[in-house]
Amino acid sequence: MSNIQKIDRRDFVKLFSLASGGILLGCAISSDQKDFIPSESKDVFHPNLFVHLEKNGNITLIASRSEMGQGIRTSLASAIADELEADWKYISVNQAIGHEKYGNQNTDGSRSVRTKLEPMRKMGATVKMMLITAAAKKWNVAEVACKAENHFVINKNTNEKIFYGDLVAEASRIAMPAEGSIQLKEVKDFKFIGKTLKSVDLEDFTHGTATYGIDVRIPNMKFAAIARCPVTFGTVQSFTKNKAEKVNGVEDIFELPRLLPPTGKFFGMLGGVVVVANNTWAAFEGKRDLDIEWNKGANESFDSNAFKKTLTKRVHTTGKLVPGAHGNVTAAFETSAKTIEATYHVPFLAHAPMEVPNATAWFQGDTIEVWAPVQDPQTARSELAHFFEIPIENITINVTFLGGGFGRKSKSDFVVEAVAISKKINAPVQVVWTREDDLQNSFYHATSAQYLKGGIDQNGNVTGWLQRVGFPSIVSSFTPYADYASGFELNQGFTNNPYAIKNFRLESVKAEANLRIGWMRSVVHIHSSFGINSFVDELAAVAQKDPIQFHLELIGKDRIIEGKSKFPFNSKRFKNVLNTTAKMANWGAQLPKNHGLGVAIHYSFYSYIATIVEVSVLDKKVKVENIWTTIDCGLALNKDNIKNQLEGAAIFGMSLALFGKISAKEGAIEQNNFYDYKMIRMKDAPNIHINIVDAMHEPPTGVGEPGVPVIAPAICNAIFNATGARVRSLPLSDLRMV
Amino acid sequence: MNTNLSINGKSYAVQVTKNMPLLWAIRDIVGLTGTKFGCGVSQCGACSVLMNGKLTKSCSIPVADAIEKEIFTIEGTSENLEILRQTWSDGNVPQCGYCQSGQLIAATSLLDAIEKPTDKDIDAAMSGNICRCGTYTRIKKAIHQAVAVKNDRI
Repeated sequence: MSNIQKIDRRDFVKLFSLASGGILLGCAISSDQKDFIPSESKDVFHPNLFVHLEKNGNITLIASRSEMGQGIRTSLASAIADELEADWKYISVNQAIGHEKYGNQNTDGSRSVRTKLEPMRKMGATVKMMLITAAAKKWNVAEVACKAENHFVINKNTNEKIFYGDLVAEASRIAMPAEGSIQLKEVKDFKFIGKTLKSVDLEDFTHGTATYGIDVRIPNMKFAAIARCPVTFGTVQSFTKNKAEKVNGVEDIFELPRLLPPTGKFFGMLGGVVVVANNTWAAFEGKRDLDIEWNKGANESFDSNAFKKTLTKRVHTTGKLVPGAHGNVTAAFETSAKTIEATYHVPFLAHAPMEVPNATAWFQGDTIEVWAPVQDPQTARSELAHFFEIPIENITINVTFLGGGFGRKSKSDFVVEAVAISKKINAPVQVVWTREDDLQNSFYHATSAQYLKGGIDQNGNVTGWLQRVGFPSIVSSFTPYADYASGFELNQGFTNNPYAIKNFRLESVKAEANLRIGWMRSVVHIHSSFGINSFVDELAAVAQKDPIQFHLELIGKDRIIEGKSKFPFNSKRFKNVLNTTAKMANWGAQLPKNHGLGVAIHYSFYSYIATIVEVSVLDKKVKVENIWTTIDCGLALNKDNIKNQLEGAAIFGMSLALFGKISAKEGAIEQNNFYDYKMIRMKDAPNIHINIVDAMHEPPTGVGEPGVPVIAPAICNAIFNATGARVRSLPLSDLRMV
Repeated sequence: MNTNLSINGKSYAVQVTKNMPLLWAIRDIVGLTGTKFGCGVSQCGACSVLMNGKLTKSCSIPVADAIEKEIFTIEGTSENLEILRQTWSDGNVPQCGYCQSGQLIAATSLLDAIEKPTDKDIDAAMSGNICRCGTYTRIKKAIHQAVAVKNDRI
């Protein structure tokens, strides 16, 4: 990417002639302006994304977001190509390095399409306009006499055609159209948007030729493994390396001190004892053969079972009032016909992407080059500049394919490790975590306890709702002693509860962190949805109402709630996904013996989701038979990809509901590998039925994450429907139900 | 030790420790990185290869056991693998793609053994392979589809 040039901030887009004989277009505008304002300078604007058209007609599009299975390389490319009236067979996609000039590259929060669709479309539309202008000049006709179609500009008067590639020279001399003149296509004219495009990476995925971080090979590179303290933030007291040194292939063994992140940002690294070898396995073997005495530190006494009891106790007494309460729950409960209470638990969870954390780095004195599967390459780059005191422009982060991410690869501690080791050994090195490292030294999804109390009047209407929650905060990973859930976390389902309830009160209780806490696919929504959907089902049962009818009543009348974002909550759309899913699942029909249906709805990442699960329960063992999900995610960019995401989210949600549990004893994680941190497998997979609401005129909203939070509560509600027994504490394997 | 490994019909001279798992010999010594590391303990199937036609978790057998055997990896080609590649693509199966090398090898092994597998056969043959993205229903469909493609050809 050495031929990227600076673009004047005043220009929306700019075209460059390239040495390769192509033209390059940069785009400098976004629906979310802050996404695109570069941090290093206010005077120049670096383009964020690129169209590269060559004389042979090939178009290379740059993907600025990391590909971790969500299909973003295909989705963003299809948006540009649609407006550009490109022939899809000429399109290829290159991955951007980590750099501010591409705008915000942080691939999380289900927001890539949400924030990038419009700028991508504008970029395509601009190129199309310029190609039309170029052709009009050639023919000496007015631009309105020309149209673009399938990689050609067509003269409407004569039906003459010019191939896009043949317009490169002419187009390079065309002035940029003013931003106001850019016209985007109507929904009815979309060729790729809203349709189905297969992944641009299928060929590589089916031949083993996609390069993930762990596949990076640099001449003379070394391989490294790190023994990290089993107790979070413990340090090395002493170690014996005699045995490890004897492992064939081991070349170096040394201590790596912890790098503590500055308050408020970055992840640092845990430190430990490093084994450098000439192959991965020797590094793993050497690590196993180390004899290390640890200073286990303050977290040594941490016991997740005891912590569960502590949190439970705390949610059973008054907590800190969270803003947003209305009415008076105490008075409401006093006058209710019935009140019910329930307490719910979700344990710590680990992301366990199939590709373990790993990174390859080469520290060369005044430069650093990294090849790594990172979700947030810019933060990784800033972090390296901070810790290694190298000017940021001398640091290159090459983003590989990610073999799954789920939030784990947003935290670039593994990159910092690789650079620190490379600096020490003065050679390129790949640090690879074992699966045990991954499960035992993660940034965990926080465990949670929540207590709910509800009141019901004589007609079975909800009169009051009290919810008390406690879970260690993600903020604790950045700011010590952050002992209460933060506002942004509570806003994931708790404070933005979409039910119309007159008397509502939310309280938060203390929950200190003794492990590194991070975000995992759908984050706090996992526990907010579990608590709320489970409790609504319990209220419905007490009110003797059909759960779906009960949800609909709680959502209340059609209304739009404007928030700070440009995505107001629309209760009508929420009810629609619920009604649609009920129809799909044939809700209300007679079920086979021992079968049950359960429902859950949730609003997350601005998307509306309803899921119904059918389980069978035989000899107290649960089998998930069917999952029906409807999503309303506004404009559906790539339909089959959205379907695939939701199928995957169902399996991800099942894994955490059935098996997901990370526990700690004496500060150390008890799980080791997939035999004791189990995943859903083929034999457990149900039939999954996905429906996407046609909402093409609405802006696009999240897809990657919203499918997860509904699964666990829908399963547990289905178990109740089948057996009359409530599951209030995940996972089912703890209750011997799988 | 110095020995030769026969992978996808090609012979590779390698210098390895006897007890090094075949996976790491393939990835780090031979340099074929399509076969993946996922767990190291025969739990996830990302490292699946065929050894003399038999489905093998390469992370859990020493390289010494692979000498003079024919090893088949995702970089190889066979009639069944090619058909599966096609139906995998037709069904837009992969998400992150990382486990798919192992899934395709396991599916190849299944079709090599059973001409027309049932859902149960597929469950049994494919449950050694974890897909964290959750593409199981598409994998199952793609295997059935491959059988249909084969039947069409006859």
